[in-house]
Amino acid sequence: MRPPPGRNLDLVSRLHIDGALFLGIIMLLVAGLFIVFSAGGENWDLLQRHGIRIIISLFILLLIAQIPPHSLRRWSPYLFLFSVASLVLVLLVGYVGRGAQSWLELGILRFQPSEVMKLAIPMVIVWILTRRPLPPKLMDLIFAGIATLLPSFLVVMQPDLGTAVLLIFSGLSAIFLAGVRWRHLLAMIAFVAAMAPYLWYQLHDHQRTRIVTMFNPWDDPMGSGYHIIQSQIAVGSAGIAGKGWLNGTQSQLEFIPERSTDFIFAVYAEEFGLIGAIVLIVLYLFVIGRALVLAYKAEDSYTRLLIGSLALTFFFYIFVNTAMVTGVLPVVGIPLPLISYGGTSMVTVMAAFGVIMSASTHKRLMR
Amino acid sequence: MKTFLKINLPIFDPKRDLSITRFRLVLATLLVLILTSVVIARLINLQVLNYDRYKTLSVENRVGLVPVPPVRGQIIDRNGQILADNHPAYELEILPDKVENIEHTIKEIRKLIALNERELEAFVRVLKLRPSFEPQILKHNLSSEEASIIAVNQHRFPGISLRANLRRTYPFSELVAHVVGYVSRISDEDLKNIDLTAYRGTRYIGKVGVEANYEEELLGVAGYETVEFNAHGRIIRSLDYQSPTAGWNVNLTLDIELQRVAHDALGNRKGSVVVLQPNSGDVLALVSSPDYDPNLFSKGLSVKSYDILRNSPGKPLMNRAIYGRYAPGSTIKPILGVSALEDGFDFERKIFCEGEFHLPGRDRPYRCWKRDGHGEVNLVEAIAQSCDVFFYELSLTLGIEQMARWFRHFGLGKETKVDLNGESIGLVPDSAWKKSAYDESWFPGETVITGIGQGYLLATPLQLAVATAAIANNGKIIKPRLLSHLENTETGDILMGPDVEVMSRIPTSSSMLSIISKGMIDVVHGSKGTARATGIGLPYIIAGKTGTSQLISITDHDEKDRINTPDNLVDHALFVAFAPADNPRIVIAIVVENGGSGSKAAAPIAKKIFDYYFIDRLLRASATWKEFGFG
Repeated sequence: MRPPPGRNLDLVSRLHIDGALFLGIIMLLVAGLFIVFSAGGENWDLLQRHGIRIIISLFILLLIAQIPPHSLRRWSPYLFLFSVASLVLVLLVGYVGRGAQSWLELGILRFQPSEVMKLAIPMVIVWILTRRPLPPKLMDLIFAGIATLLPSFLVVMQPDLGTAVLLIFSGLSAIFLAGVRWRHLLAMIAFVAAMAPYLWYQLHDHQRTRIVTMFNPWDDPMGSGYHIIQSQIAVGSAGIAGKGWLNGTQSQLEFIPERSTDFIFAVYAEEFGLIGAIVLIVLYLFVIGRALVLAYKAEDSYTRLLIGSLALTFFFYIFVNTAMVTGVLPVVGIPLPLISYGGTSMVTVMAAFGVIMSASTHKRLMR
Repeated sequence: MKTFLKINLPIFDPKRDLSITRFRLVLATLLVLILTSVVIARLINLQVLNYDRYKTLSVENRVGLVPVPPVRGQIIDRNGQILADNHPAYELEILPDKVENIEHTIKEIRKLIALNERELEAFVRVLKLRPSFEPQILKHNLSSEEASIIAVNQHRFPGISLRANLRRTYPFSELVAHVVGYVSRISDEDLKNIDLTAYRGTRYIGKVGVEANYEEELLGVAGYETVEFNAHGRIIRSLDYQSPTAGWNVNLTLDIELQRVAHDALGNRKGSVVVLQPNSGDVLALVSSPDYDPNLFSKGLSVKSYDILRNSPGKPLMNRAIYGRYAPGSTIKPILGVSALEDGFDFERKIFCEGEFHLPGRDRPYRCWKRDGHGEVNLVEAIAQSCDVFFYELSLTLGIEQMARWFRHFGLGKETKVDLNGESIGLVPDSAWKKSAYDESWFPGETVITGIGQGYLLATPLQLAVATAAIANNGKIIKPRLLSHLENTETGDILMGPDVEVMSRIPTSSSMLSIISKGMIDVVHGSKGTARATGIGLPYIIAGKTGTSQLISITDHDEKDRINTPDNLVDHALFVAFAPADNPRIVIAIVVENGGSGSKAAAPIAKKIFDYYFIDRLLRASATWKEFGFG
């Protein structure tokens, strides 16, 4: 147990930081610096930009950690509404980057509202479901369902299938942890399954091709199968020990597409092999596990659900990315959190950890 | 929120909430572990179970073999002059991926060096078709100045590079075009006939001449470079290198100086000059005119330019020395002389020439070139004065079958087997041939005109040279040869060419041949010889025979009409000769198309060649000796 609040609080507690979780995050970020350097073709400029983003994100984490959870709870619906509005705006006037219209220009700042949604959806659902005793009632579940599906639909329209899938996972995580009745859960899954044909029709051709390709990438090795084949070759050719840092042939010779962003795990797995991949996964599991422990220890439903659903969202992020890179899931463009080069993703993931820190360290102050 | 709570009055049970959510957290943890296991299982599947397969795929991805073309052997004349060489040529390449604005770059490059519109169009066309990571050639054959201008300014143009190739060059250009031939891009037609592995990396192939005939020797063996590629096909580094083996240098029997003399002596007239050594068969000179610049082909000739060349009325691409088929005219008379002597004709027997000849019981006159006749002439005189009537008479006695047999003994009507492709066998007519070609029987009139080398009889200049060499070398039909030896400059190995090859021996004796030679000497040195003008003041003795190959029958036209004959119907002038007559060193056969008479048009060419060979060359050699202090 932590020492009771008092004058002799250590720095970590004073900053509302969970030491173990923070350590895990820092380790992942440091690993990320090395991996980005290799994946970027030893590009110092890229590394520098990545470093700056890490520092900015750390400040955001610390900043959010200082906000008491009841404030976060009060702001949740506004954050959600703001994010939905941004998503609508993005579809109207958004900036097209990498094939999807997902960016908003705000003066010098450019951000992806869909990334902010990853934080906003769990927060708003937890807000909805914890206003009444658990397990949630049907009406609240419908609200929660709408809060998940509406933004997901807007993101699919961009079109950004990968993020939409993660948004649905983040909503489901919160609903699941809130103790939704199994029959309600089955009904929701059935509803999504019933929507599937419609969604399939809504998908762009290239997205449908990706899904079909996953089952047999060798049908079109130079076209739609290229990404997944090259990625699998990179991972498979590494063997147990890997080819060594900066020595991945698939990575350094640019056979891996999007090597510093979505496919960075292939670069890492090629250079560090099965051992390295398992070490990284264990590191992630440590972070997720620590967050789940914090959730377990949380003393009120709101913080428990908030920490738990954000931790699960974070896990799905990693799972979908690594499963995509290794060919278990279709290619959907999402980065590997805390490792991939890329701004908004880094900021939202760190912000989510900021929320977790806040929810887990302010509990005594609420009592 | 407060109002909301009041209205619904929810009853919170923190303990129940706690147990529900904690239980769900445990379930979620299990889900996390299961899904993580799926990923780890997949990693084990890829990295352990299928490691070998993916390892192979990743190596195949990045490692490739790039053929390294061998250096083509040089072609060298008998004095060591290089007739076909390899020179570095630069190509200007653009890698579209690395160039921000191709139009702007091209505009800037044009300020530095000239770009040809045709190449530019081809570049723009290819640019649209090929992937942008593939370098494309903007300009071929940059001069060394252009290459250095680009090299100096290269930093201004990322994505621009110079590639050095070896280009075949022919320093003597058209002078040896018909002997050396040329190389050109490998065509689809060539691809059907060649071993593709031998040509990996090589873009050129010998098309005609020595380049084609000794293609296999000149080519060499391609080497290989094992390289690492990146995903865009760009070579990153070299992993292994197996050097190519250069082709053999082909040393010819040809004497470029003599070739130049022969070429210049013929000038811009159409025709051919062949110079052989009668004992070895060495081809010292082989001229065919008009000619062309073989460098055009190795530089790359457009289809249009090639068509112009091919369809040019002078047929510059045809090697007249081996493919030009000419009626030999009076140059056939020495051969008929030999056959008559062997048939038992008395060399002292005289025949009276009154200027024309009649077949028994026929009115149609066969005229002698000399309208008022030669009077009484024997065989030697008949050759010297080229008396047609004498040979009409002789032919009638011999008959076409025996004549044809003797023509064949002298190598007419068959290949000389010279080491050049595309030889014509000419035509030796007989009654069987006429039956199959025209379905007609042979007429005696055709026999007598064959006796003066007219009619159906056709021979190439090289065949005439070989036949003349047989008179000079005691009756040996020698195989003419261009190859002296092959030389490997890397190892110093030398492979000698084939030995002197006697194809056959003419069934005659040296005494018979010396009678014919006497006649041929008198052609040049006799007081009534047809080429006596050439023999004036010569310090060496030539044995020769003039010939005039009529394109319009003498019987059809009067002398005065022939003056007005259009240029392309003027007679071909011929001359065959060897010298020195008592110890023949070289044999010459000359055809000057539409040159008029053999004595006026062809014999002076032979004189220039002999003068060079027996006088100028030796004077030059002795001057060189003096220079070195041996005089």
